[in-house]
Parts: sequence; C-alpha cells; structure tokens
Amino acid sequence: MVQRYDVVIVGAGGAGLMAALQLAGQGHVAVLSKLYPTRSHTGTAQGGIGAALGNEEEDHWEWHMFDTVKGGDYLVDQDAAEVLCQEAVETVYDLEHWGLPFSRTPEGKIAQRPFGGHTRDYGKAAVRRSCYAADRTGHMILQTCYQQCIKNQVHFYDEYHVVDLLIEQGRCAGVVAMCLATGELHIFHAKAVLFATGGCGKMFRVTSNAHPLTGDGMVVAYRRGIPLEDMEFFQFHPTGIYKMGILLSEAARGEGGILRNRMGERFMERYAPTLKDLAPRDMTTRAIYQEIREGRGIDGKNYVYLDLTHLGKKVMDEKLPDITDFVRTYLGIDPLKQPVPIQPTAHYAMGGIPTDLDARVVIDEKNTPLPGFYAAGEVACVSVHGANRLGTNSLVDILVFGRRGGRHAARFIKENDWAPLPPKADEQAAGVMNDLKNSHGTERAALIRDALQDAMMDKASVFRDAQGLMAMREKLGELRDRYRQVKIEDHSTGYNTELLEAVELGGLLELAEVLVESALARQESRGAHFREDFPKRDDHNWLKHTLASKAGKGIEFRYKPVTLTRFEPKERKY
Amino acid sequence: MQVTLRIKRFNPEKDKEPWWGEYKIDAEPTDRLLDALNQVKWRLDGSLTYRRSCAHGICGSDAMLINGFNRLACKVLLRNLGQRITVEPMRGFRVIKDLLVDMEMFLAKYRSVKPYLITYTPQPEKEMLQSPEERARFDDTTKCILCGACTTSCPSFWANEDYIGPAAIVNAHRFIFDSRDQGTAERVEVLNSVDGVWRCRTVFNCVEACPRSINVTRAIGEVKKALMFRKV
Repeated sequence: MVQRYDVVIVGAGGAGLMAALQLAGQGHVAVLSKLYPTRSHTGTAQGGIGAALGNEEEDHWEWHMFDTVKGGDYLVDQDAAEVLCQEAVETVYDLEHWGLPFSRTPEGKIAQRPFGGHTRDYGKAAVRRSCYAADRTGHMILQTCYQQCIKNQVHFYDEYHVVDLLIEQGRCAGVVAMCLATGELHIFHAKAVLFATGGCGKMFRVTSNAHPLTGDGMVVAYRRGIPLEDMEFFQFHPTGIYKMGILLSEAARGEGGILRNRMGERFMERYAPTLKDLAPRDMTTRAIYQEIREGRGIDGKNYVYLDLTHLGKKVMDEKLPDITDFVRTYLGIDPLKQPVPIQPTAHYAMGGIPTDLDARVVIDEKNTPLPGFYAAGEVACVSVHGANRLGTNSLVDILVFGRRGGRHAARFIKENDWAPLPPKADEQAAGVMNDLKNSHGTERAALIRDALQDAMMDKASVFRDAQGLMAMREKLGELRDRYRQVKIEDHSTGYNTELLEAVELGGLLELAEVLVESALARQESRGAHFREDFPKRDDHNWLKHTLASKAGKGIEFRYKPVTLTRFEPKERKY
Repeated sequence: MQVTLRIKRFNPEKDKEPWWGEYKIDAEPTDRLLDALNQVKWRLDGSLTYRRSCAHGICGSDAMLINGFNRLACKVLLRNLGQRITVEPMRGFRVIKDLLVDMEMFLAKYRSVKPYLITYTPQPEKEMLQSPEERARFDDTTKCILCGACTTSCPSFWANEDYIGPAAIVNAHRFIFDSRDQGTAERVEVLNSVDGVWRCRTVFNCVEACPRSINVTRAIGEVKKALMFRKV
C-alpha cells in the first residue's frame, strides 16, 4: 500500500508536533506515531523549560548559552547552542500564546525556578530560568501542541511503527511503517521525512524512559548508512526512584531538596562547592556513585536519599504535586516526613542522528545534508547537549529544532519534487518482519532484553573502562546470536505487540553496539562518558564528535570538529 | 508473593467470544499491576495484548478494569489488590484485542469541545498576563491524561454512548475557566446539546476512577453552572 505526502513526520512528541504545526497549511502532511500522540515521552518531563525571560531576576540568553556549553563539557556546537538559547525565549512565548498553563509570578508573568547547571553571570550563582507548569511541564507542552494540531487539523496515523527509511538517488523518498492495528506494511512516499522518534533508554535496566523508547528512528537511519553521532554520551539522571527508575525532577532540588548519604551529610558540598545539589547531572550522578562505592550509601546499599522534608506542604502541593504523588504511590512514603530513596536512572541520549541548524540530517564530517531528511529532538544530535545535557534543555531542543526543521521542510517541499520510490520499496522491512515471524527458535525476546539491560547497566553506564566495555562487546555478540533464535508465539496480524517488541529489541541490540564501540574508541572522560582508565578530559585528542557508521558487519568511525565560537574550553568546576 | 491474574482475553482473529485466562506468577508486593501483566506477556504468553508507555501514571495508556474498578495498571501496586486479581478492558469501548480497546470515539468527543485556546484579541509580544488566582481556577482540569477511566466508569455513558462523557467536559472546563480564553460561545452548542453535560447525573464514579485525582464531578457542575448563567 502506497500513500503519498509532501512531508511525513515520524513521532508525535514535542518535536514532531512542533514540526507539524509549522507545516500546517503548507502542504500535505502526515504524522506517524507508534502510540497515540498524547502517550509520547515528552509528557513525562517535569521540571520546566529553560529560557532567559528574566521574569524573576536578571537573565540573558548568552548566560544560558554559556551554561549549555559548559554543562556539555565543551563538546557542544556553539552555533547550535546560540540558536537554542536565543530562540528558547520566543518559543516559550509561542507556547504561552497557544494556551500553555504556565505557573505564574505574583505579577502574572510566567514563573521561573532554578535548575541544575543554570547560572547567572557565567557561573556566579544559580539563576531562575526554568519556566514551569507545576511539575508537569512536559505534560502541558505535549497537550498544548496536540491541541494546536487538532485546531490546525493535522493528519495523524496513530499506532504506526516505522520500520525503514527509503533513500533513492541520494535523496530521501519516504518511510515504510507497520500499521499496528492490521499488521500491514505501508509505504509512505514523501518529499521530506522528519524523524522525531525520541531516545533509546530501554537498553538499560534502571531507566526513566517509557517502554517504547527503543531508538527506532536512530536504528532505521543507521541501517541505511547514516552515521550516528556521539552515541557514547548517555545521561544518567541523579534522582530516579530506587529500583524503579521513575524520575524525580531536578525541580525538587531547584526548590531546595538536598541529597544526603548514610551519615545524613549533604555530600554535594564536597563535589560542587558553589552549585552543590544543583550541579549538572553528570557530576551529581558520579558523586552519588562515588558515595555508594565508598560505603556511604544508605545501609551500605546502592542508593542515597533525596531529602524534601524541609520544603513544607505548600511548596510540595503547589510546585511538586506529581512527584509527591509518585513517592506516595510507588514507595508508600510521605516525602514531607521521610527522605526518598533514589539512585541514578538512565535518562537521555545526547547522541543521535547528526543534523545541522535547520534539523537537516547530515551524513559525513563535512556536514553534507541528505536532501529531504530531517531529525529533531532526542533522536537527533545537533549538537546542543555535547557530552552532557542540562536539565530543561531537552524541552528547548525539541521545540526550537522541531520548529526549525518544520519551517525548512516547508520551503523544501515547495522547491522540490518527489524522489522516485526505490524498486520493491518495502522489501527490506518485510524481510525483517518475516524473519521474526517465521523463526523456529525457542528464545524469548524479553529474556534477551533483560540480559541486555542488566549487562549495559553493569558495564556501560556511569563508570566505564576498557575491560568492562570489551566484556560488553562479547556479551552483545552472544545476545545477537540468541536474538536470531527468537520465537513469536502470537501469530495474529492485528496488534501483534509481541512482534513489535521483538522488532524493537533488534534495534536496541544494534544501538547498544554503537554505544559500546563509540565508548571504547573514546579514550578520555568528558561529560557523561567517564572512563576510569582515562579519567581526564583530553581536548588535544578528543575535542571532536564521533560519527559511527554501519560498515558491513562492523562499525566505521570518523570524527568531526566541534564548532567553537564564543567560549574557549576550560576546566569545568561548579 | 504468588499472585493469580484472571485476565479477560479476546482475539477476534481466533475467538468467537471472550474467555478468561488464568496466570500464576511470583511477584513483589510493591510491583505495579503493569509489571505483573508484563511478566505474563514476557514469560508465559506472548500474545497477551494491552497498551502501555510511561509506566508511571502520566501517559494514560493503560487504564483498565482492575478488580472491578477503573485504574491505571501502572499506578496500582499488587499489595493493594490481593492475591487473586481480575483484569478486564474498560467498559463501554469496543474491545479490539484482550485489554486493548478502541479509543477513537472517545477522542472524537474530546475534539468536539474544541480543546484548544481560542482568542480573538491580538497577542502581546511577551506572555499574556494571568494572576496566580486566575491560573488556579482551572489547575485541576489541566491534569487530564485522556486515559478514559472516568468516561468508562460513568453509568450515563454506559446507558448512552453518544453522551460526550466526563473526559470531554473536563477538557472543556480547562479552557472555559482559563482567563485567556474567549471561545466559550463556540463550545456551548456541544456542551448544551442533548448529549452534553446534562446527561451527567452526579454519580461521582468519575471522581473515584480518575488516576490524576481530578474532581471531575465538580468540574462538570461548574460547566453546567456556566451554561445556565452564561457567565464564566
């Protein structure tokens, strides 16, 4: 079945919807999502969106840019960070004009609060920059963008899973997607395709990521020869609920929450004397791991406390109601009376499909675009997050670059015709499906995924070294062999979610390999990538982006320079 | 603890009628029901079908009838459900496969109330001002995650599937009581129609069912009042 559109957007979180809104009325546009749009992961973002509005105190986009660059351990492309921080301001006003119910200051302006790594005057002290709607900012962004899509009659294909990207004569020609309701493959022939499929956190055991975060867009592009940039940088958020990984927003510390070890000590004072508990996530997470390693976890176990007991009922009810509810529901404790057991949780892929400032996908170290192909949000790497993303900046990223991608695509479809469809366009996608459906093996996909998640947590998460990463390489070989023996019990065509999960696992295994090999290659420590055998940052050799491309059965590495404009790399202290 | 799940199964490609599947699993008392369903799917029967995404009560994918009450499977712990747990799809929506239901009619009703900000005055360069008190007026109804738990717990909806239902009214409330919105007149026709707010008989099932603790019945009452007195 072939459908023809000017633009096909894959993914209906903040980036996809924002792009769709730019294209409304500009052409024939379809938005595909493997979920209903309002189930997208943007909705789980809590603490806020960073923008230098200056509503609560003096602030400037240049300060925001500096924090973003320093927070990213200088691997950030500074031209992109400049765009991010400048356009954050108008984007937030756009959202407000669309009805987003931001919390308010007494004068009726958008309220702002402090967040990790966001500072005034180039690092002097924390600044109130995060624009928030209680602690459900992401929910409100997703709802507001979806509501605007309803208003603008955006055409959705709900519950369609992307399986392949079509490239013909060096141009993007569309995608192949499986309709979950019928199991049929659909060919979407398009002048332009924008991927906004999110991250791949489900390769780790303890993660804040939703079940569907399996890196679909990344792996589909990778299999078609597009490189993945900086995949070794994966952020672990400091405060996930112990064992479950459910996120407890940095806003909890923005409002005054404190991390404590088994002695009750506010240990972040030792690691980041100025920002303390509001240090960037990579440093805070390593500090927690360090405390645990040195025996100062609670009861000697692998968790510490997030202490909110002093914040008072009013702050908890008005500013942190959702996380209060999570703690009560999942831990059965009252955060006003008891400290909350937390451990770092796999949260965000800084890497992804390389793009330029207009969200155009670029395929080599010279930034050559692949005409008609765009990516925005966590699936992409522009790179505004460098080696470590600041809190709030993912929401800025999806909106700013979703918008820029949508606008550029609107121009592109006016100036270009459809690339021809490749012959037998759905052949490769059908092959992937049929191999799984017809397998006579005995392996359960879920058990392979369990083994992957446990091993990745153990060997490729916060602290890494060559030995562990090489063991992980071996493990991945074994898991790939097992994956070839996966069996699918469900033989029905409609809503075969067992088949879907197996397809997703195939992608996760491939992306885990890219992460591990990229991490092995990078012999330094920077941002979220910490090598115990190379504990120092090495700008001389490694101030560059990784580009990992599929080459036969292996991976080929190339590197591209980091764009430096305003800020020279310095040692990172907080 | 050992738990027995009784799950109402139906696959239209194989089954003429729904049937009950029974599954015994070992689980922690602090596991979510969703974790238990996952265990069944991942270890015992791969064909068990349901929707899920965030797994912590924010995305609204996994509302279902659990021991006779509408709950999110990811927001209820096994220790609160006993050792024999009955799981069925939400009532009143067409069952597509096992616990997965057809949400289209529900979403069409949501769209019918024009759930987006409507303004006619030109917008300022910066934000439209809104006091914290004005913002508080509709805070409760901004929490809706469109899970369907309220609408499918409502006897008025069971009796008449054309009733727009609590979820759509909650989302109308969210805009009607937003000081920035100027679109109430455009929503009146649907809300005031024979299948609009007046079918609500204040049974309060929706309040009980809402996983986001929205006071749904109160919101509906406020919309009724606004329609009667035409002042919002």
